[in-house]
Amino acid sequence: MIALRDVTKAFDGRVAVEHVSLSVEPGTTRVLLGSTGAGKSTIVRLILGLIRPDSGDVTVDGVRLDPATRGDILRRMGYVVQEGALYPHLTAAGNATLPARAERWTAPRVAARLAALTELVGLERGLLDLYPAELSGGQRQRVGLVRALMLDPAVLLLDEPLGALDPISRAELQTHLVRIFRELRKTVVLVTHDIREAFLFGSTITVLDGGRVVQEGTFGDLARRPAAPFVAEFLRAQAPPPEMSAYL
Amino acid sequence: MALCDRRLAAWLVVALTTLFAPALAMRCVVALAVPDAPASAWAAAVPVRVGSKSFTESYVVAEIVARIAEQVGEAPVARKFGLGGTGIVYGALASGEIDVYVDYTGTVSRAILKDPSVTGVDALRARLGALGLTISDPLGFANTYALAVRRETATRLGLKAISEVARHHELTAAFDPGFLDRDDGWPGLRRHYGLRVADVRSMEHALTYQALQSGRVDLIDVFSTDGQLARADVVMLEDDRRFFPEYAAVLLARASLPERLPRTWNALQQRLVGRIDNRTMARLNAAVELDGRTFARAAAEFLGEHGASGETPRRRALARDVGKLTLEHLVLVGVSLAVAVAIGLPLGLGAARRRLLGQAELMAVGVLQTIPALALLAFMIPFFGIGKLPALVALSLYALLPIVRNTYAGVTSLDRRLVDMAAVMRLGRWQRLRWIEMPLASVTIMAGIKTAAVLTVGTATLAAFIGGGGYGTLIVTGLALNDVTMILAGAIPAALMALVIHVAFELLDRLVVPRALRGAPGTAR
Repeated sequence: MIALRDVTKAFDGRVAVEHVSLSVEPGTTRVLLGSTGAGKSTIVRLILGLIRPDSGDVTVDGVRLDPATRGDILRRMGYVVQEGALYPHLTAAGNATLPARAERWTAPRVAARLAALTELVGLERGLLDLYPAELSGGQRQRVGLVRALMLDPAVLLLDEPLGALDPISRAELQTHLVRIFRELRKTVVLVTHDIREAFLFGSTITVLDGGRVVQEGTFGDLARRPAAPFVAEFLRAQAPPPEMSAYL
Repeated sequence: MALCDRRLAAWLVVALTTLFAPALAMRCVVALAVPDAPASAWAAAVPVRVGSKSFTESYVVAEIVARIAEQVGEAPVARKFGLGGTGIVYGALASGEIDVYVDYTGTVSRAILKDPSVTGVDALRARLGALGLTISDPLGFANTYALAVRRETATRLGLKAISEVARHHELTAAFDPGFLDRDDGWPGLRRHYGLRVADVRSMEHALTYQALQSGRVDLIDVFSTDGQLARADVVMLEDDRRFFPEYAAVLLARASLPERLPRTWNALQQRLVGRIDNRTMARLNAAVELDGRTFARAAAEFLGEHGASGETPRRRALARDVGKLTLEHLVLVGVSLAVAVAIGLPLGLGAARRRLLGQAELMAVGVLQTIPALALLAFMIPFFGIGKLPALVALSLYALLPIVRNTYAGVTSLDRRLVDMAAVMRLGRWQRLRWIEMPLASVTIMAGIKTAAVLTVGTATLAAFIGGGGYGTLIVTGLALNDVTMILAGAIPAALMALVIHVAFELLDRLVVPRALRGAPGTAR
């Protein structure tokens, strides 16, 4: 279980998250929903120990995250960001297998794992020898996902993973990911500002605004009983106009 | 895995080629420099090392000294010529890097003892004794300032001495900028003699003789042993009220030389003291500067060794040297660059890891760069003497800045998300360096090394001033002789070498910089 307890973090005096508490049960998917600057990415970076909270603490499976425990905790986490954050000088295969090579896996083991994962995420094997600059956005994202899944982590943290994709690739990959997460029974934390994505992925959605948690609940809860005007406004802003729905 | 290892291997190739190629070249240079090592008894003896400053007269007399020492045969002779000005050549003598060179009494009292009140050879010798040095009696010629007029002017106006110039306000003069400025030049002279002339122009020394002979001016400043004095129809005026300080030429030597090699020292005294007068010295200078003779030829002529070894015209001797100097120059550039890379890379990486330390480090390396290269070379003499070693140390220090800066910039400017990802993947410090940071920063780092290499090719020409060899030897000698061909013979190959090195690094880039990053600026997504 991942738990944040009363966490506050500021950068150069500007508060990014303020008194945030939340917990994610193992095997569930949690969506962090909000506008740009709401503090969503900061929460993910706090969970990964890339930054340390000014106050409050982060625990994973009951262990408090600090420099001493961070290595062990990271062993159980996979991280995917927008565009995949692939290393431009390594091929798709080079990028995807980096975590396994860092763990000094044998070559056959790496190859077998790579083959299994490329099939799982629907990546053509022929693309593995290409460099990131030669791949499409969706392909890059799949490579990033393979890399995150390489060591079979219990937790996946996805920060706007589909943010830079065109609508068709985006919809396709969304469906694909939902299926994968269900199959693998991972604990997933997904950051997005897209309510369709939140609806598809999230059993529980946490809405953030200005670094604070505004509401937590299922999509139905948010839609039917918005806890604040912001929630209603946020949902309405992205809903297709009724006239348009009639055409779809 | 294979990919990353190949990259690491490539970096190793960079390090090894820059380290070992020069070492190999150095062997060749040694082999070239000593074609057949003397097998005689004194092969193992400590040589008598003869130095010189970097102007014609100093080279010629040093060559004469070297030849006399060779004729005596008491010890092998090592020539360390062209060691810049008084500061460097005296530094070499004081630190025991050379045994003897020719200097002037005025320079000894003013520049070395820093006490102009000490005059006379005995007084100077007494003071130098305390420094472990000694001087011979005067060799005969004196390189002092003097005034000269056309012979026709001297006859017409009956001019023999400077005091008589005071009566002729109609004369016009052209003086070297240095002479115009110095208190022991025109300002002092004018006061001392109460001189007044119609017009005074500032003119490069090399041009004043021409101006005088063509009648454009009537009075110029000269050095009493100028080669042109032997040719031009001019009269030097007597310093009848003794204004100009005495600059009598003497051998300045380590006190240990007469003890260690008494026969050599005696022979030098017997054959040189009182034996080279101003006319002779001017004639020797003219032979080199105006007739294009080699220093060796001029020296051989003075010693009466006609036809012995001096037949090579200077230009051909020069062409023969270019190969050897190229190797020397490559060694200077290669070794100092390799050392700078070996030190600069870790320094740059360290600076990137610890920002505060990094800033201090970058500032220190930056300050190093503000020291003029020639001064840095001179600073090395007390620690490393003269020759290749101090030159290599100075050049290495000088090459540090672009390497440290670019390594630092390359590593610190990496995309934060890529760095975070490496942390999340729990890459070890070395894995991160080898697989991520070095390859991503390689474009920037290689650019720094390239800059350092090209800069070093240029800076290395200054090494000749401290006996470091290389193309600078031709430039320094050419400057001394005012021989543009010789200067270009050093400068053009140096420029070509810079070009070649630039191209070589473009090729090296293909080995070191990952394919996907080539031609792209630093850290693409």
